[in-house]
Amino acid sequence: MTITDIQNQIKATSARAVVENSIKLARENEQYHAILNLTEERALKLADEVDAGKITGKLAGVPFLVKDNFLAFGAPTTAASKMLEKFDAPLQATAVEKLEAEGAICIGKTNLDAFAHGGSTENSAYGPTKNAYDQSRVSGGSSGGSAVFTALNVVPFALGSDTGGSIRQPASFNGVIGIKPTYGMVSRYGVIAMASSTDTIGAFATNVSDVEMVMDIMSGLDPRDMTTMSDFFQVKTDAKPGQKIGLIKDFMTDDVDSDVRAKVNEYVEKLRAAGHTVEEVSLPMAEYALAIYYIIVPAEISSNLARFDGIRYGHRAESVKTLAELYGRTRDEGFVTENKRRIMIGSYVLSSGFFDAYYLQAQKARTLLINEFNKLFASYDLLIGPVAPTTAFKLGENTSDPIKMYLEDIMTVPASLAGLPAISVPAGFSQTGLPIGVQFIGPRQSDADLLALARSMETK
Amino acid sequence: MTQISRDDVLHLAQLSSLELNETEIDGLQTDIGNILGYVEQLSKLDTNGVEPTYQVTGLNNVWREDTVINYGVTREELLARAPESDQNQVKVPKVL
Repeated sequence: MTITDIQNQIKATSARAVVENSIKLARENEQYHAILNLTEERALKLADEVDAGKITGKLAGVPFLVKDNFLAFGAPTTAASKMLEKFDAPLQATAVEKLEAEGAICIGKTNLDAFAHGGSTENSAYGPTKNAYDQSRVSGGSSGGSAVFTALNVVPFALGSDTGGSIRQPASFNGVIGIKPTYGMVSRYGVIAMASSTDTIGAFATNVSDVEMVMDIMSGLDPRDMTTMSDFFQVKTDAKPGQKIGLIKDFMTDDVDSDVRAKVNEYVEKLRAAGHTVEEVSLPMAEYALAIYYIIVPAEISSNLARFDGIRYGHRAESVKTLAELYGRTRDEGFVTENKRRIMIGSYVLSSGFFDAYYLQAQKARTLLINEFNKLFASYDLLIGPVAPTTAFKLGENTSDPIKMYLEDIMTVPASLAGLPAISVPAGFSQTGLPIGVQFIGPRQSDADLLALARSMETK
Repeated sequence: MTQISRDDVLHLAQLSSLELNETEIDGLQTDIGNILGYVEQLSKLDTNGVEPTYQVTGLNNVWREDTVINYGVTREELLARAPESDQNQVKVPKVL
């Protein structure tokens, strides 16, 4: 289902009928547990305003979903945690505001790993989201709910956040397009911070043009997120012909599912047939990227999540006597185990005596990784490879071993650490019928080029 | 391999303002030890003379005029979200 389909439906019926239908579909697919709360009342009120001609814009009346770590009106913003179970946002994220300014209508808040810590949505305090193709398997994550309801055509597009793969991996697991833009392209204001040096805001859709339209609306400078850059995103009419593409061979080893490798290779052949050159390249630092990531990101998490202390908003533990007890009990009750694990790792790598060996060493290793990317981009327009080493795994399969779960991120964290744009594009299905995505990684600010190439390949 | 003791876990919990419940401590001890063991592989890398990258787009200080940005939120709306407040102030248990 595309945005154009929805716009035609609105013309033929009304915005209210279309929004009501999306909400009905969301209810009929409750068993996937993709949504934490609907924003029905507000959505219908906005739909009536569209029908009355009071709201206009490029997306007037088009329903969408947001990951529940975006502050948005109409329902609590929970981050899938008990900490914020009843948190009623006093303002909306810039990304949501910009889409609403074009008339788009948020119909609900989607499930995620609590505070976006995870790769399967199994860390949600409210239970996991099921895969769109097989309900015994994970949706991927952390933006699992948004990916699944985009795949099931409940809405034409949905928003997510990607800190280390949280849009790309669920996009791959559910057969939709997902983009993690260049760091600083889209304002993060009003999105609950996880790791500020890699957090990005992106979108899911079922076709490239819709992703382009949504990113075009969301991108640009925001004085309330000082890392944003002036708007460089401009949709390209056509993909550049005869591109030089590097296939990352470090991501195509025997450790990677053979079905995944086969689909990536098929896609490579299609790129060649379309007149592009694809050569194997090596990114030796990729081997270290996961270790770098799981030092830097927990460090930033331990700092960003210090704000959840039970004082100004959110959950506060009952019948405590001292302030220290209030902090400690509130945080014990409000966080899931994975949140605690990451906060404590962060505290460890930042503590005096360990700082140089872990945190500083990781930031230096990050420079080496960025240097390798820069060297490759001197000769190649973009890089290509799998999104994840596997297709969607079984619910519960990786929950007992955090390292096994972290290994799912091994191909998505390098672009995050370097601030590069990366997209996940459907590349077919495994022999058992599970979706497989291919990942494009480009130099900074090449977002529009990556999408134009993906669009040119859609019918091939 | 990094050995993390039960006391280390409790110390980290204290640094993190987490009062862990008893059932979680053993699991966290194993997991944190394994994760630190995994990330330790970075010690193999020669990073002599390499500058750290804390910010990927090369931003330094981003200045703006020292004027109030209207966030569209009132004091009353923010205080209404505090679990306990009194006379326009957020209330907490006794500190000293």
